[in-house]
Amino acid sequence: MNFEFSDEQQQLHDSVDRYLAEQYSFEKFRAINASQAGWDTAAWAGLAELGVLAINVPAALGGLGFGPLETLAMMGPCGRSLMLEPYLSSAVIATAALRAYTDDAEARELLSRMAAGQAIAVLAHFESESRFETQWASTRAERTQAGYRLDGHKAVVMHAAAADTLLVSARTSGAASDTTGVTLFRVPRSAPGLTLDSYPTIDGQRAADVYLKGVELPAACRLGAEGTALPVIESALDIGLAALCAEAVGVMQALVDATVTYVQTRQQFGVAIGRFQALQHRIADMLIHLEQARSMSYLAALRCSDENVTERRRALSAAKAVIGQACRFVGQQAVQLHGGMGMTDELVVSHWFKRLTAAELMFGDSDTHLQRYAALTR
Amino acid sequence: MRLEFTEEEQAFREEVRAFLKLQLPAQIREKVLNGWELSRADHVMWQRRLHDRGWGGMSWPIEFGGPGWNSVQLYIFEEESALAGAPRLIPFGTKMVAPVIMAFGNAAQQQRFLPKISSGDEWWCQGYSEPGAGSDLASLKTRAVLDGDHYVVNGQKTWNTLGQYADWIFCLVRTDTQSKPQSGISFLLIDMKSPGITVRPIKLLDGGHEVNEIWFEDVRVPIQNRIGDENKGWTYAKFLLGHERTNIAGVGGSKRELARLKHIAAVERKNGRPLIEDPLFAAHIAQVEIELWALEITNLRVLSAERGSRAPGPEASILKIRGTEIGQRISELMMRAVGPYALPFRREAMEAGWQSDPTRDPAGPPYAATLAAAYMNLRKLSIFGGTNEIQKNIISKMIVGL
Repeated sequence: MNFEFSDEQQQLHDSVDRYLAEQYSFEKFRAINASQAGWDTAAWAGLAELGVLAINVPAALGGLGFGPLETLAMMGPCGRSLMLEPYLSSAVIATAALRAYTDDAEARELLSRMAAGQAIAVLAHFESESRFETQWASTRAERTQAGYRLDGHKAVVMHAAAADTLLVSARTSGAASDTTGVTLFRVPRSAPGLTLDSYPTIDGQRAADVYLKGVELPAACRLGAEGTALPVIESALDIGLAALCAEAVGVMQALVDATVTYVQTRQQFGVAIGRFQALQHRIADMLIHLEQARSMSYLAALRCSDENVTERRRALSAAKAVIGQACRFVGQQAVQLHGGMGMTDELVVSHWFKRLTAAELMFGDSDTHLQRYAALTR
Repeated sequence: MRLEFTEEEQAFREEVRAFLKLQLPAQIREKVLNGWELSRADHVMWQRRLHDRGWGGMSWPIEFGGPGWNSVQLYIFEEESALAGAPRLIPFGTKMVAPVIMAFGNAAQQQRFLPKISSGDEWWCQGYSEPGAGSDLASLKTRAVLDGDHYVVNGQKTWNTLGQYADWIFCLVRTDTQSKPQSGISFLLIDMKSPGITVRPIKLLDGGHEVNEIWFEDVRVPIQNRIGDENKGWTYAKFLLGHERTNIAGVGGSKRELARLKHIAAVERKNGRPLIEDPLFAAHIAQVEIELWALEITNLRVLSAERGSRAPGPEASILKIRGTEIGQRISELMMRAVGPYALPFRREAMEAGWQSDPTRDPAGPPYAATLAAAYMNLRKLSIFGGTNEIQKNIISKMIVGL
């Protein structure tokens, strides 16, 4: 048993933390958030230069060949700085999915370019009816003479507009909720018939609903054998879930820090409000939630690539249930203890609160995972 | 002991219902029921319709032009209004400054101000909180110095709700810096058109503009706009805060939103079944519904005890805490009910008439677009009007006697 980062992981954490503290201030976040694109190519290039886009890419393809623990080490700082760039979507989730297809020359090429910051890919899987159920896919892929034709609608695809390539799941056979028959396709965002309805999310990131209408693809755009993609998608989403948990813990730490500072500074009734025991206990509760969440973020990182799928999903659902509840408590109480100031757009506190609100909802809220855990445990 | 309202009260409820059915404009109702933004004109139009029915000063006695309802009638009116989708009453005129003017103002002030509050011709806002005086309101620093027959006001107020629409502001100002904080405060009525007033919007976390900072720079206020005696403002302010706390439980509004939650949960699907049939989600709904039921009865007990009188006592703090917690919980469940479609945030979707691209499937159901913004916005409920922590202090001190 050992809960320390290795020297290498610690260095990674420190370098990312330092880089973002210097290069990604709250003012920078606000400026990027206010821009049309909602993310910054220069910041992305900076991350590429730092090497962190290559963390999850195999060494043979120009990556660092690291895994979930290194991702854990760097997601906390990403959360604290409210990074808006598609790190989780592209450098973690899509990268994890593509790693399953390294016998495909195009996939290898794409991974190499992603590691270097020259390409961005995102997974477009969930649909409006799937809620958070991973096996659901009603988007159809029909065989044509040249390859496939895709028709369907993907819901709330994070960072779709920033991507050059969408990894789109579609049914080559079976009914919408079958566990087999799902196939993954590399789809250029510029493909005729693919359109986006783009919008910001509640925390200022960008997402889109993706519409596929008669999108013609050559057969080479199919990843792997027909009908075998669901385990790959679920594995990538689980790796993403662990990273999201680590990001949320980074945000919670920032909110606890900010709240402690605020109650020591804010004077009412002639004293700092941190002198009131009711508020001291509230902050103690926030800290308990934070530490329980941190523990579960470690569990998630340690188990998210476990080969035993049941154990893996049980651990991840336990983690997301605990962390989702913590997101809610810490976020709500941080706003409450900041009073009216916590409600303002001007203060970073409300933006951390919004990121936690989004984190709790993404990939299934705490209720969804509580029920999933119960189903896997009984 | 009985739970039912009297026959007279039931008949009154029917009267209110009939009025709402006839007079509440459909487009205002639609905005309220969908959580869309209301304009100044919407509020003013509704106040005007109430006024024309004789209900403009709904909580006022007959001698000041009100209907002379008791607290139970007022409760029934507010519950029915909320259920029907009438706009939330903007309290600063009718429920806050008007009772102060009636109790402590002179006849000239009463004649000058009350009719235009009832008719909606003049919009009022509140100048209480300051950057350094929130929960500790008595530490306020905005200065008013007498210069001939005018006060000269300098200072800054904050968390001023909808001041951008206001014609008048009632302000707590410091007129004596020597005595203890509560004893040096006066209560002034200030024309928002006075030279030297600057209103600056505070953008909130949902992107909305409902609160402001207000600066006063050498603003001259005629001495006849002071309520009551100089340095007695704290007494009037406490009286006012008591009136702010009528309908603080918001039972009618929560009932309406609970019905909306159930509607959404019946339409949303989880694993191919209506979400409302999901045992965990159904239990969450049941829990909040039961808590609301208990709150309704607690509220009625408080009303019953004070039938006749108007200002509630410290029990109002129980109603405020539970009422706001329940309101927040319902909004949270609505946000969670729509799953991933709680995430898109489009400011334009908060306004009536917004439509997504009609040529393709919408990005989420039409009711989803406002829910996360409402959840975030309603965090204010446990902060404003005295934080819930302050309410607990009141309960432990005033009710328990600790």
